[in-house]
Amino acid sequence: MRLDEFFVTGDPLIYGADVSIALTLIGAIFALTYFKKWKWLWSEWLTTVDHKKLGIMYIIAAVLMLFRGGVDAMLMRAQLTVPDAGFLDAKHYNEIFTTHGTIMIIFMAMPFLIGLINVVVPLQIGARDVAYPFLNAVSFWTFFMGAMLFNISFVIGGSPSAGWTSYVPLAGLELSPGVGQNYYLLGLQIAGIGTLLTGINFLVTILKMRVPSMKLMQMPIFTWSSLITMVIIIFAFPVLTVALALMTFDRLFGSHFFTMMDGGMPMLWANLFWIWGHPEVYIVILPAFGMFSEIISTFARKTIFGYKAMVYSMVIIAGLSFLVWVHHFFTMGAGGAVNSFFSITTMLIAVPTGVKIFNWLFTLYKGRIRFTTAMLWALAFIPNFVIGGVTGVMLAMAAADYQYHNTYFLVAHFHYVLISGTVYACFAGLYFWYPKMFNHRLNERLGKWSFWIFVAGFNLCFFPMYFLGLAGMPRRVYTYGVADGWMSMNVLATFGGLLMGIGFLILVYNIYYSFRYSPRETTGDPWDARTLEWSTPAPVPHYNFAHLPEAKGHDAFWIMKEEIKQGKKPEKKPYKPIHMPSYSGVPVVMSVFFFIAGFGMVFSWNWMSILGLIGVLATMVIRSFDYDKGFYVSVEEIEEHEKTT
Amino acid sequence: MEAVEHSPNTPLEYQTETGRLNILGFWIFLGAEIALFSTLFATYLVLVGRTADGPGPAELFEISGVLIETFLLLTSSFTCGLAIHYMRNHSLKGVFVWIGITLALGLGFLGFEIYEFVHYIHEGAALTTSAYWSAFFVLVGTHGAHVTLGIGWIILILIQLKQRGLTPDTSRKVFISSLYWHFLDVVWIFIFTAVYLYGMVM
Amino acid sequence: MKSMLALSMFFAVMVLSGCSNLTVLDPKGPVAEQQANLILFSIGFMLFIVVVVFVLFTLILVKYRERKSGPEYEPPHIEGNVFLEIVWTVIPIIILVVLAIPTVQTIFALEEAPEATSHKDPIVIHATSVDWKWVFSYPEENIETVNYLHIPEDHPILFKLASADSMGSFWIPSLGGQEYTMSGMMNELFLQADVPGEYRGRNANFTGEGFTEQTFTVTAESEEDYEEWVEEAQDAPELTQEKYNELMMKGHVEEMTFSETHLQWVDHGMDAEYATKVRNGEPTDDESSEMDHSEMNHDDDDKESEEHSH
Repeated sequence: MRLDEFFVTGDPLIYGADVSIALTLIGAIFALTYFKKWKWLWSEWLTTVDHKKLGIMYIIAAVLMLFRGGVDAMLMRAQLTVPDAGFLDAKHYNEIFTTHGTIMIIFMAMPFLIGLINVVVPLQIGARDVAYPFLNAVSFWTFFMGAMLFNISFVIGGSPSAGWTSYVPLAGLELSPGVGQNYYLLGLQIAGIGTLLTGINFLVTILKMRVPSMKLMQMPIFTWSSLITMVIIIFAFPVLTVALALMTFDRLFGSHFFTMMDGGMPMLWANLFWIWGHPEVYIVILPAFGMFSEIISTFARKTIFGYKAMVYSMVIIAGLSFLVWVHHFFTMGAGGAVNSFFSITTMLIAVPTGVKIFNWLFTLYKGRIRFTTAMLWALAFIPNFVIGGVTGVMLAMAAADYQYHNTYFLVAHFHYVLISGTVYACFAGLYFWYPKMFNHRLNERLGKWSFWIFVAGFNLCFFPMYFLGLAGMPRRVYTYGVADGWMSMNVLATFGGLLMGIGFLILVYNIYYSFRYSPRETTGDPWDARTLEWSTPAPVPHYNFAHLPEAKGHDAFWIMKEEIKQGKKPEKKPYKPIHMPSYSGVPVVMSVFFFIAGFGMVFSWNWMSILGLIGVLATMVIRSFDYDKGFYVSVEEIEEHEKTT
Repeated sequence: MEAVEHSPNTPLEYQTETGRLNILGFWIFLGAEIALFSTLFATYLVLVGRTADGPGPAELFEISGVLIETFLLLTSSFTCGLAIHYMRNHSLKGVFVWIGITLALGLGFLGFEIYEFVHYIHEGAALTTSAYWSAFFVLVGTHGAHVTLGIGWIILILIQLKQRGLTPDTSRKVFISSLYWHFLDVVWIFIFTAVYLYGMVM
Repeated sequence: MKSMLALSMFFAVMVLSGCSNLTVLDPKGPVAEQQANLILFSIGFMLFIVVVVFVLFTLILVKYRERKSGPEYEPPHIEGNVFLEIVWTVIPIIILVVLAIPTVQTIFALEEAPEATSHKDPIVIHATSVDWKWVFSYPEENIETVNYLHIPEDHPILFKLASADSMGSFWIPSLGGQEYTMSGMMNELFLQADVPGEYRGRNANFTGEGFTEQTFTVTAESEEDYEEWVEEAQDAPELTQEKYNELMMKGHVEEMTFSETHLQWVDHGMDAEYATKVRNGEPTDDESSEMDHSEMNHDDDDKESEEHSH
């Protein structure tokens, strides 16, 4: 392979990216060396198994990916603003929408939510860590390396360009030669390992690591939503694993699962992809529902309305999520009976979702509503998600879907549910739990600016797209003609997109600003909140709880505070040593080997993939022989911590 | 993790918190494995008959080799169960003997399977021949890869048993690997039925 | 909240001014009309739901905001209300049933030729997508066109959809919804134009670099004009296999007209491999490829010959 085939050449945008990546790397290396932070980086972060730190790293990575995916979005909007624009050509546009979709779903939405789950869930259930702290680190690092592998594609070798759904035969070797599609397959595969491990880890954590007094029906809604999400992950992700592996075999080893030649069946890919893909949608929306429940309940100063209905509706949604995948291709010609069945199952999802919407509304009813930034995000979710939801029902009506399918109507719909659902939740959760993570709040004034600009921009960007769809504009076109008459709506959309970008930048600035100027927290409960994570002091000690708290209901901390108000004295119990797991460098090293193996496979450099796989196996062997049992936090150290806080 | 109180009858592997958590986690992992193999089976069944220019399964499958493989693997599942029985009786020697036999049977299974694959490839049925054979090799091959990994893993556990004897940690590892081994046995029964028996009557 | 209101006003104006070009809601044939009716029917219900939620939402936020109730107000402890929860479970179910019935009816109705013209034999047109063009074959008329279509008005058309390579989606928004074209698969789609005119058709499913320009025009005209066009087209140069194989190469081409159709060499609905073989320079109609499709081909040949005998 020649060097100019290895590096992507010929585009000023890419050269710009090359330079900025190089500068960032050099800058980071310089800063770490200059401030003598290498050891700190290794021993505090790279080797950590602490769920709070891993959660923070997930969120940082997700924000970076949000930036990358957002830049992709901006480039697309720039190209589509006016008819016959020449800013991007078809090839680049295709690469950009492919990476935008893949990054936003796999490398932004999921890790952002999993990051918040990492930080919050163990605290909410009164646990000192997750069930398998070591595996948790493996989860993070495989996700991170998978994401990196996917992301370097645009400077080394070329990006995938067959859409995030990678439909075959287009994504097959015949029609997409080159390494781009391989990056997609390997990047997702490696990140998928981490997701599956997270699923198992948190399922066991929530089932087995709760404080003994917390019954299942006393778990906070966010914990419930996480539990259900983990079950979906465990059954959905293996399907993706297989689908990706089969396409990898097709492309690298000449098998015929999805090819046009020798009996391959392209439709099989679409089915497998969406059997994973639809549950995936609920993987990124259920935790969002959980967060909104916590936030709305906290800032309305009321317990959640219809707790049981909230739980059952999520269970029903999870079950239905496996029964609706065909609605992604009603137009495949499966016949009336099949389309009718999947139309109806899809519509049914609206029922439990509607129940949740009304339960949120009635949680607010008779409450005392404080409009903090976190609450604003949660509130804006309701009307926006309803718009996304009702248009979802419209799309579920197969006969009508023949007209919406593959158009901007669909694009508008899934951005309405994914942005107002998942992204709003990420922002809401970030503002809400920020003091738990960093011991200071994000600035409220900047937060509100960023909120209003982003939400206005979002509606301005995506609402017109419903009409573009009805006007016949298909998704994934890189340009259109004057005669199509789509310009005015596209101008609006681009303007809206710009506002969203500004809103995001204000958020990022707010992180810096608050780091510098926000007062540090003195209590662990800045919002007068209701669940156990707020009973921990500020900053949260690495062992989370000096004494395991007691749960007497799903608003366990609220109940504690009520009891204290009524004069109950907290009893002083003596501290006992606390057992904690040791940090380990194995997860990060193992994941680096995964990266090497993946990179080798992308380019079909067998020596490199074999080297990488041997490395992976070797790290597993090392782990197998590792009988480290962790350590005990001494009573003195606990006393020291509890005194200062 | 902390050792919590347990009755004297509690098996070694269940005596620690870590033991209980890991065993539960592994059961859940097997749930994910079921989803994985189900997908492979579904793929296989969808692609049955899509043999393009290549031979069909009925022409190539030979019942005798497959029956030997089945016999070896089923027996190994039984001997693996005996190993756990001896582990419960705190007989390190029994564990070594029966796991040793299990591994030997597993290796025998692998040997016959590799021979079978080579034979098919000689007869003109390889991964690249047709959709059908792609599905066959990947489904049966994934199972075979699991068996291979399992053998390597169990060897590592034997070394640790040799080093440390029967402790809550090592017996946990033995127990979990036995779950894995039985699971592969169950998957094989499905492969035997859905691939070989069905393929021969097709 | 005010900015939200201003925004929605703004949208309303935009929508009203832009309505004329909402192709999907401006149907030119019975299929598109059934779909437009279903869409409008559902929009009604959806607006109702949106209004209910928005009104409740606004009222609750205004009434129970802290600035109004004051920091002393302590909200009551309400765990839920079974009656209310049943209400907002049952009402959505009723709405969904009301939506599902016409949906299912329309799904099945669209599988048949439009009722009003069911006495006429549909015209069969094979529409084949090839990266990045559209090939239309009229087997009964024995003509083939590229990137354009002529159809008579008030006459059901049965499109037989297939692809030579990547999966496309055949879509003429003015006449009705889309359906996929796939290699080795045959889909059927009935469409009909009630109003003469020029309509845009295109591939709606992403097929790579040339996807955006993978379009065609549809001319719907009176039966007489259509007959005239057919006769003219039958005088066009004959389609040779060599010429057809050139069309299999990736790329865009101008509109073309041929007499004879490619169906004599290949039916992409049965043979998924043709285009790939042509591109790789492999033989396409050798004995072996005949044989390996012989099983599947049998019923198709029967069907095909039936059609010819009509």
